[in-house]
Amino acid sequence: MTPTLQIFLVVSATLFCIGLLAALSRRHAIFILIGIEMMLAAANLNFIAFWRFSPQSQQPIGVMIAIFSIAIAAAEAAVGLAMVIAVYRHFRTTNVDQLDQLKG
Amino acid sequence: MNSWITTNLWLLPAIPLAASLVILSLSNARRKSAAALAVIGQVVALALSIFAFRSTLQTLGFRSVHNFTWFTFGENALRIGWVLDPLASVMLAMIALVGLCIFVFSIGYMAEDKNFTRFFAYLSFFSGAMLGLVIANSLLLLFVFWELVGLASYLLIGFWIERPSAAAAAKKAFITTRIGDMGFFAGILWLYGRSGTLLFYDHGNGCLESAGLALLGASATCVALLIFCGAVGKSGQFPLHVWLPDAMEGPTPVSALIHAATMVAAGVFLVARVYPLFSFSAINGVTPSLTVVVWIGITTALMAALIALAQADIKRTLAYSTVSQLGLMMVSLGVGGVAAGMMHLVAHGFFKALLFLGAGSVIHGCHHEQDIRKMGGLRRLMPVTFLTYAIGMMALTGVPFFFSGGWTKEEILHATAHWPPSQVPYFLLLAGVVLTALYMTRQIIYVFFGNRRAASQHAHESPRVMTTPLIVLAMCTIVFSVVLTPAWPWLHGYLMGETPIFNMARLIQPTLFVSLLLVSVGIALGIWVYRKAGAQDRHRPAETDPLEYAQPELFRFLENKMWIDELYDRTVIAFAAFCARLSDWMDRYFWEGLVRAVAGLGQLFAVFTTNVDERGINAGVDETTSGTRGLGRLISSAHSGQIQTYLGVIAIGMLALLLLYAWLA
Repeated sequence: MTPTLQIFLVVSATLFCIGLLAALSRRHAIFILIGIEMMLAAANLNFIAFWRFSPQSQQPIGVMIAIFSIAIAAAEAAVGLAMVIAVYRHFRTTNVDQLDQLKG
Repeated sequence: MNSWITTNLWLLPAIPLAASLVILSLSNARRKSAAALAVIGQVVALALSIFAFRSTLQTLGFRSVHNFTWFTFGENALRIGWVLDPLASVMLAMIALVGLCIFVFSIGYMAEDKNFTRFFAYLSFFSGAMLGLVIANSLLLLFVFWELVGLASYLLIGFWIERPSAAAAAKKAFITTRIGDMGFFAGILWLYGRSGTLLFYDHGNGCLESAGLALLGASATCVALLIFCGAVGKSGQFPLHVWLPDAMEGPTPVSALIHAATMVAAGVFLVARVYPLFSFSAINGVTPSLTVVVWIGITTALMAALIALAQADIKRTLAYSTVSQLGLMMVSLGVGGVAAGMMHLVAHGFFKALLFLGAGSVIHGCHHEQDIRKMGGLRRLMPVTFLTYAIGMMALTGVPFFFSGGWTKEEILHATAHWPPSQVPYFLLLAGVVLTALYMTRQIIYVFFGNRRAASQHAHESPRVMTTPLIVLAMCTIVFSVVLTPAWPWLHGYLMGETPIFNMARLIQPTLFVSLLLVSVGIALGIWVYRKAGAQDRHRPAETDPLEYAQPELFRFLENKMWIDELYDRTVIAFAAFCARLSDWMDRYFWEGLVRAVAGLGQLFAVFTTNVDERGINAGVDETTSGTRGLGRLISSAHSGQIQTYLGVIAIGMLALLLLYAWLA
């Protein structure tokens, strides 16, 4: 059967929810980053889906957006990892439940 | 010459006053200096007064004034001054001479007293004040000296400060005369309000001259009566006579000076001085105010003579005699015999001072015994005192021919007999003459005749310093009668501004026979009633007075001064005490209650404010702050520091926005 837009959107929504779930419920900081990556991936998928089923599917608009998004995701993952390392060096833990110093 | 003395008349009161100030600064030990200063002051005053007297002889009806402005307020000025006229000059001479005799007497009498210096300071002060009183030309100045004289009297009556009775007597004297002075002051105010001037003689504008009197008009009677209140108080007329007998608590020279010769004479002098006020618009010589003066005078004269009959203290008898004689003088002034009244005043000054000093000599000789029932037979022990006392007694009783009192009394009787409204005062006066003779005879018999009783056992004659003034005064009494005889009424003419005519025929008049008869009757009656009194056994000091034996209740009534003091005690003084208690109650409960109520209001307000502050504002602020804190805590609890919580909230928020967007679209 021909994949319709809705299927893609459902998939990307599902992927986003799983990523959100991962970001919200895992204790390890790296796992939260993974979740965030998954959410970004879902967003990318969304973009591509909407581009593929749009009238302007000849120009590589969606692809360009997705590439930029991936680059940003990578940069952001690097920054996130750096932060996790920095935090680990200071607090000796990666359990985000214990990182509540900003509590006020 | 004439104007020198008038302008410098102020020296007369000033010198004794200055002497008094100097003596006050001396210590108690310097007795000789104190006495010397006082006597010298008095001698200078006497010299000046004789000088003043001589200058008044120049013309008939001499009157010289010296007025000046004391201070100004706005457009008005208060003017005072002094006046030299016959009235003032005879008073000056009498005060100075009698004062000098008494000062000398006091040197002997007060010799053993430890407050000798203070005594002479007060005596000098009194002398200065009295001299100032008689020369004052302004009613206000007169009032000032009036009060000073009252002060001197208070100080001298209460001289022996350790005696409570003396202190009480001084207080009584001052307060009683004060009551009279209130009326006097009211009269002064009224006079000033109506006539605008308080000067007596001011070249036609004074309040006693025709222009001033015209301004007063009909209110002259009331003003005169108010001023008479002061005279009633000071001269011990009924009803304000109660202080005079008690004033005998002071030393005898004080009684002689103040309460016989001078201060009590001030009241009579006042009436004589403001006589034009009393006699304003007189019909046939009678005005309402003068009538009042006559009736009060005659009441006093008779009442005091009756009380004197039952007194056992030598000084009390003389005190009541003074009250009686002052009443007589008031009667004389009231019926129009101004010159007669003033002459009797001067004569009375001499012989009453003589009698008091004689009494002082007797008291001194009997070692300070004052009860006449304990004396007796002093005739041979104290001959000089007896002789001078007898002269004084005859002058007082009114034996004519040689004794001044006789002539003046005769003149007064003559004037009273011709008083248009009523003859009652005349007959009462005749009765008074008999009574006077009676009580004086009684006193002489008790003191000087008969057997010697308890206190006369060791009596001795007084020293020369005390007997010499007695002799001087006795001679004055006799010599003075020369100028008083109707044959040559020199003093009468001098006072009234008329030329005296020498006429021997006028010596023999009906009133002369009447008074001679009455005096003889009185003395004879006295000798007969009291003949046995002097002959009592010397071992029984307190005998029954023959009158007491005959009429015990009447005697008791008179002896207790007709219970007038007790009446005042129950009424006036009780009222004053009631007012005092009422005021105290008001102060303690009513006013204090009010103050406390107001304070309570303040306290209530304070409590209210405190509560508002604490429960209202503070609590409100506290609640607000805790609420804010709670809210803050609540909000800050959102900052859990948990990253996943934040993330979750973001997700939910985003979802909500999405739903909203979908619903809106």
